[in-house]
Amino acid sequence: MAHNVEKDAVTGVDTTGHEWDGIKELNNPLPRWWLWTFYITVIWSIGYWIVYPAWPLVSSYTEGMFGYSSRQEVMDRIAEAKEAQSAYLGKIESASLDEIRNDSELLNFALAGGRSAFAVNCSQCHGQGAQGFVGYPNLNDDEWIWGGKPEEIMQTINFGIRSAHDDTRFSQMPAFGKDGILERPQINAVVEYVLKLSGQEHDAALAGTGQEVFVEQCAACHGENGGGMRELGAPRLSDSIWLYGGDREALRETVTNARYGVMPAWTGRLDEATIKQLAVYVHSLGGGE
Amino acid sequence: MSLLNKHAIFEKNSILLCVGILITVAIGGLVEISPLFYLESTIEKVKGMRPYTPLELAGRNIYIREGCYNCHSQMVRPFRDEAERYGHYSLAAESMYDHPFQWGSKRTGPDLARVGGRYSDDWHVAHLVNPRSVVPESIMPGYPFLANKELKIDDMAGHLAANRGVGVPYTDEMIENAVLDAQVQTNPDADEVDAFMARYPKAQVRDFDGNPDKLTEMDAVVAYLQMLGTLVDFDLYAQDPALR
Repeated sequence: MAHNVEKDAVTGVDTTGHEWDGIKELNNPLPRWWLWTFYITVIWSIGYWIVYPAWPLVSSYTEGMFGYSSRQEVMDRIAEAKEAQSAYLGKIESASLDEIRNDSELLNFALAGGRSAFAVNCSQCHGQGAQGFVGYPNLNDDEWIWGGKPEEIMQTINFGIRSAHDDTRFSQMPAFGKDGILERPQINAVVEYVLKLSGQEHDAALAGTGQEVFVEQCAACHGENGGGMRELGAPRLSDSIWLYGGDREALRETVTNARYGVMPAWTGRLDEATIKQLAVYVHSLGGGE
Repeated sequence: MSLLNKHAIFEKNSILLCVGILITVAIGGLVEISPLFYLESTIEKVKGMRPYTPLELAGRNIYIREGCYNCHSQMVRPFRDEAERYGHYSLAAESMYDHPFQWGSKRTGPDLARVGGRYSDDWHVAHLVNPRSVVPESIMPGYPFLANKELKIDDMAGHLAANRGVGVPYTDEMIENAVLDAQVQTNPDADEVDAFMARYPKAQVRDFDGNPDKLTEMDAVVAYLQMLGTLVDFDLYAQDPALR
């Protein structure tokens, strides 16, 4: 390569001395501001290596001056937030649910906290407005399968229903049709009786036979008059609130195959204060006892 | 001519330039990547991780086939808001048997790294068949065909062997029993459950899709979803800083 650096007559700038097919280029220097910014970033990176974790070594890495770790940072942030709420959270942890409900300041805090925990953890099954879906109970009404007192609600949240937890609430209605306990005509009859119990249009003659079946097979858990029994998680049948539907078709399905809805246990996943806030919030929704 | 002018040699010889670039980039790569293979702190030591059961692996394959990862990540990042919503931030160890991993930061749907045990099987089935039936505001498509489609398990041993090829510690025994194990996991009454549980501790054995007569793709997907994020014992992890 020829190295004939010459001064360009028009601009007064030196050329690079390269020449290709008669084409030469000017050797303009980089803009000063750009060059210095570049040098500063190089110097900055050295400072960064010193302050933050940077270089891998043989069996570890340089940890930086302050031992920064993104995992420690998130622990600190969580601890900070807990600390900021500690005045309330501490009281909620030590207070009983009734004490929380009777202290307006604590109640306000618990309702707000319970509401957001509900939106994150419960709304997927029970709905944003706790209105429920088929198979997932409405929490606004005053029918409770396992009890609507604050402590009862908290126990359900803690241990779930038919969950994997050892202390779970558990009930198992027999699958009367599938397991061959009742014949199909008997099922049809008992369904008519349940329709009668809940004040719906029904076949009176069939319901009469159905009553005998009901007393024999169902009354032990659901009560003689279909009033339900909370200790056993047997829902009341004498109202118009239904978890899986109360029409003839749905009832026949329920008696034939039974229903085993599951709610997960939340103890361990959520901390105690959150579960207490949830219990207070759910209790406040309108159906609490 | 000073050393600085030697670059002319590279500029005039394209092959030499390519080799030069390769060496320069390789140095950067080696410094950044190779320590991850030998540094102890790359993957934290935790208790509880095990390879996927054949059924979970089949579910995972369906998860990938259906492109669930396009909307769902499986990585709780170490931020307070994420930890409060999803639970403990994800550990590297939790994806050590994932090929490929399902990390990500684009979330059209929620993160699924800790979805296991959060909902009932019934909920998952209803939600996968028609998401709007339980979450009215959902924009997720329905996957109703999963409930009807029989799960293909005759090639399960091959899937396990392929995973072993890339470092997942499946034993010969696991590979031998792969097809059987996939069936056993949905049948709590089977005689082989104990042997299965010994191979895969903490595995959940039950009929996942509510249809005990048939081993469907729904069984596999729900089994996979229900175990996500449930293996590591975080009580132990929290108590012992040396694990981190």
